[in-house]
Amino acid sequence: MAVTPKDVDYIAALAHLKFGEAEKAAMVTDMNNILSYMEKLNELNTDQVDPLTAITDAENVLRPDEPKTMLQNEDALSNAPSKIGPFFRVPKVIDQL
Amino acid sequence: MKLYSTFSEFRADLQSGKVTCEGYVTDLLKEIKNQQDLNCYLETFDESALDQARKADAKLKAGQAGKLAGMVIAIKDVINIKGKKVSCASKILENFTSVYHATVIEKLLAEDAILIGRTNMDEFAMGSSNENSAFGPVRNPVDKTRVPGGSSGGSAVAVAAKLAMTSLGSDTGGSIRFPAALCGVTGMKPTYGRVSRYGLVAYASSFDQIGPFANSVSDLALVMEVISGHDEKDSTSSPKPVEPFGQGLGNSISSLKFGIPKQYLGDGLQPEVREKLTAAAGYLKSLGCQVTEVELPHTEYCIATYYILTTAEASSNLARYDGVRYSFRSKDPVTLNDMYVRSRSEGFGAEVKRRIMLGTYVLSAGYYDAYYTKAQKVRRLIREDFTKAFDQVDVLLTPTSPSPAFKIGEKTTNPLEMYLSDIYTVSANLAGIPGISVPAGTASDGLPVGVQLLGKHFDEQTLLNAAYHIEKANLK
Repeated sequence: MAVTPKDVDYIAALAHLKFGEAEKAAMVTDMNNILSYMEKLNELNTDQVDPLTAITDAENVLRPDEPKTMLQNEDALSNAPSKIGPFFRVPKVIDQL
Repeated sequence: MKLYSTFSEFRADLQSGKVTCEGYVTDLLKEIKNQQDLNCYLETFDESALDQARKADAKLKAGQAGKLAGMVIAIKDVINIKGKKVSCASKILENFTSVYHATVIEKLLAEDAILIGRTNMDEFAMGSSNENSAFGPVRNPVDKTRVPGGSSGGSAVAVAAKLAMTSLGSDTGGSIRFPAALCGVTGMKPTYGRVSRYGLVAYASSFDQIGPFANSVSDLALVMEVISGHDEKDSTSSPKPVEPFGQGLGNSISSLKFGIPKQYLGDGLQPEVREKLTAAAGYLKSLGCQVTEVELPHTEYCIATYYILTTAEASSNLARYDGVRYSFRSKDPVTLNDMYVRSRSEGFGAEVKRRIMLGTYVLSAGYYDAYYTKAQKVRRLIREDFTKAFDQVDVLLTPTSPSPAFKIGEKTTNPLEMYLSDIYTVSANLAGIPGISVPAGTASDGLPVGVQLLGKHFDEQTLLNAAYHIEKANLK
């Protein structure tokens, strides 16, 4: 299943990325090379194998639900590219709805 | 000036009054500037480091010093230090200033360590050569035309060049052990869950671990002892008690059984690296250890499994860089979506974008089961290989890297070829086990070669002790 330039456009849209034509062509080549290498896993029959979804044996790690000091509003906003009062500021979104 | 490679040497001179922390840090900051061509530091913390040095001097004088008083430590630019920049060597975080300490930083400071600066790395820890930094490649101090290995290249070089006594890195698929081997220092990836990841910028959360670099195994053990342990801010950190690792060094290892995985001796392994491995095995035998061959049958599937799972996790983790709350925002965005897309496309480097794309692809509708679920299943088989091997032996002895350091630019045109450099290191992260790389001499061209020891979950003590003995052998 070869990756086409159209697939790259689709995946890029999902990932919120955009590529110029040269970058896109390189991405098609690289993705095809790497994904075909990954298909090596199909040599293995894994029908009877459960996926390993967690790497530790810990289950349901709980702690008491006690209030603690959190990041203050001022600190949380300190790296914001744009802000207004106590809020993050972004371009207008209403028109997009 | 005298540059100290180990903490024990420095502490001895501190005690005899030959040096002070403040005096040494003052000189060291100058030396770091003299060696800027290595590009291992992105920034030095001159003012705060000198302040920490003065405090360490005062505490030492008063007899109230912590375990690490006077230890000069460099920190990979992926670990949060409150009030300092953390950029992950990326344009997208170039101007980000941390608002909190990572747990490991709290622990180091509580023991009076001196944080000297933040080290260069592959952008977002994605790379094996440190050529993916937005701020230029790091150079190997042994041969400046060669790579130091990645992704924690700056942390490895800072220690190798004695521009820090120890350093912290992060290891997702070999990012501590691989550069340690290429630079001739020791480096440890702890068991998954041994060290809190709170404050480590995430790449692949089920693989990432913070670990130390050092010029001696005893320094490595000391830092491990300080940074390990449960943290309520990281629910994957283990409540298992932490041994005083340093005290266990030097105990006899003659009863230990070592296994060399047959599958790690294949075609890609350079003969000179193989010779070093054989020499290390010979030395262990001379101590009375049993050394046998073992099987890790799924080894050839490790790289594919690793890159499917880590790119998937990365594509999710890196979704947060959207230009809203922090990180780079593109100029004059028209719409919200335009802002997301342009900020990310302008802010991330090529390798990071490649991995986000691969990860998004393997998680996308129609491909999820074929790639992602399949890789999770193979991950279980790989972990079972290790469980079976550790039924027969206590420690695995392997090469760390298939070859010594390669030339800058040698592998940059083919991403897949670069991925294959990680062949001997990714398995530990897939299985969640600890690993250590320890120097095992130099190849004929003078380049360092490392051997890797892999151990059972939470058996850092045995690994450190075995590494200590190999270090003592002083293999040429």
